[in-house]
Amino acid sequence: MSTEALRIVWIYPDLLSTYGDRGNLLILARRAALRGIPVETYSVRSDQPMPASADIYLIGGGEDGPQALAAQRLINDGGVHRAVNQGAAVLAICAGYQLFGHSFFAKGAKCPGLGLLDLHSDRGETRAVGELRGDVDPRLGLPPLSGFENHGGRTHLGPNAFPLARVTAGIGNDGQTEGAWAGKILGTYSHGPALARNPAIADLLLRWATGADSLAPVDDTWAERLRAERLAAAGA
Amino acid sequence: MPLRAKVATSVSKTAAALSRAAGRGDGSVIGGWIGLKIDPELLSHLATGRAIALVSGTNGKTTTTRLAAAALGVLGPVATNSFGANMPTGHTSALAKAGQTPFAVLEVDEHYLPRVIDETKPRVVALLNLSRDQLDRAKEVAMMAQLWRTALAGHPDVNVVANADDPMVVWAAYGSQKVTWFSAGQRWQDDSWVCPESGDPIERENGDWWCTGCPLRRPIPQWRVEDEGVIDPRGDWHLVKLQLPGTVNLGNAATALAVAAEFGVRPIEALPRLSTVTSIAGRYAQVDRDGRNIRLLLAKNPASWLEAFDMAEQAPTLLSINARDPDGFDTSWLYDVDFAPLYGRPVLITGERAYDLAVRLEVNGIPFQHVRTFEEALATVPPGRLEVIANYTAFQDIRAELDRVN
Ligand SMILES: [Zn+2]
Repeated sequence: MSTEALRIVWIYPDLLSTYGDRGNLLILARRAALRGIPVETYSVRSDQPMPASADIYLIGGGEDGPQALAAQRLINDGGVHRAVNQGAAVLAICAGYQLFGHSFFAKGAKCPGLGLLDLHSDRGETRAVGELRGDVDPRLGLPPLSGFENHGGRTHLGPNAFPLARVTAGIGNDGQTEGAWAGKILGTYSHGPALARNPAIADLLLRWATGADSLAPVDDTWAERLRAERLAAAGA
Repeated sequence: MPLRAKVATSVSKTAAALSRAAGRGDGSVIGGWIGLKIDPELLSHLATGRAIALVSGTNGKTTTTRLAAAALGVLGPVATNSFGANMPTGHTSALAKAGQTPFAVLEVDEHYLPRVIDETKPRVVALLNLSRDQLDRAKEVAMMAQLWRTALAGHPDVNVVANADDPMVVWAAYGSQKVTWFSAGQRWQDDSWVCPESGDPIERENGDWWCTGCPLRRPIPQWRVEDEGVIDPRGDWHLVKLQLPGTVNLGNAATALAVAAEFGVRPIEALPRLSTVTSIAGRYAQVDRDGRNIRLLLAKNPASWLEAFDMAEQAPTLLSINARDPDGFDTSWLYDVDFAPLYGRPVLITGERAYDLAVRLEVNGIPFQHVRTFEEALATVPPGRLEVIANYTAFQDIRAELDRVN
């Protein structure tokens, strides 16, 4: 790994990549490149050691079995914990979001998570499937969240994690709040390629990782059209 | 046939005719639905006395069913569900409508394969491939393979014809002792990197594959594609002339020949019939309009998008996607598809979810132009070939613009 380039790690695509999660890696790399930031991307499989020296870590969604296996291997490996302690930024999606908390349920059993976000997850009575929309925590300075959710979990935040958004359509964590953030870790139930509909979150991760106060604007005509269409489709 | 079944068959035919007359669909489902209400065992009764082949898999089953039915036509009349109505209601309708035929080739939805095997007691079951398809509803790929494996283990008399290139299919087929292997390739590999037997990684090299932790590996296929033809179990090569595009359809032809061989049809007899198949419910159909030669390709999941790119010529290409119920409401699969093969072709996009496609293509670095209607697309491209690749309901929308071409 060279020292100048921005290093982005995709955690365990062999286990957690059910809904086009690769999209987030592609979008981050593209938006960095458009700002002239050199990027190196790494897909780290579950049988490989997790590097601790990257700048941004991405983790995606998946089924119960792979989710539990991924949590176990990440706890044993320790690389992600070291990376977070060194100030790395994280985007965690759906099953990946749950496993960043203290605990989650998979295949009927309570499983230990990484404990890097102050939250825990259990099972809801119904599956949350459909368009998701929310007003993002004003401290993050982002436009409304748009996403598609498909999960059976409900997530409960402790005092050291902040809701990413207040839900205006869909379920998210519990019908009231959606996702969580703390430090430079951001988790959401907006599954799969969440950054396609939320390029501002991609830029937030890039700012966290580079320390830049702002980034040069890019042409987001198509992303804005997509956002407008999906936010309207979700209703209010 | 018991009297109850006879009554049910007769009502089933009438309902199908009524449904067609009322302009509601092609009648291939509603008739079977009513028939099964009157006699829940109607499908079993209708299947009795016929030699039946079932064709299942995530992709290619409609085309392979059509090709296999054409091949079996050598022996006599063949009943088949040619409208792609691939659940038991559709099978019931197809058999009732066909009357007494000695043979039937039925396309079967993956989820329904165990039940349809139970009810129709087929001579042959062809297993094509398993990959992700509308994940917000479908079962996991590994669960589907397990379902098949268990079903086949319960029917040791069935001859299985299975794709040696798909690890999930091979593992499922090993539920049976009587398997003929064909090689139809596996363009989409992202759902079979983990061994379904042992959970170990699967390695691939030059078309071969093997599990790194257990004996599961690619069986040697008796039927395979080579150049523009198919090699049979005796080692003889046969030129395959199809009117359907792409190496994917050569693989489907190899499968159809393997199925036909289980009924005693030799490739040399079947091949002329395969070459008569031009299009299937609009798929691969070519329509000339305003000096443009429009060809329709259906792509309903990541694997079939890759296949469509392979079939399409280097020509202006219109992509159209919707996300209605039959398509799945979630468009995140767009990021499972690499659109790079389109690079260098003029690309147009349309459909209800064109903006999802626009953002995806931008990330992929593929220039494109958005058009609001199919008419606008036609006006935008120069005379000559226009390839149209669309997902399920978008495909039906465009087919409707072209007077429901078959
Ligand atoms: Zn194995």
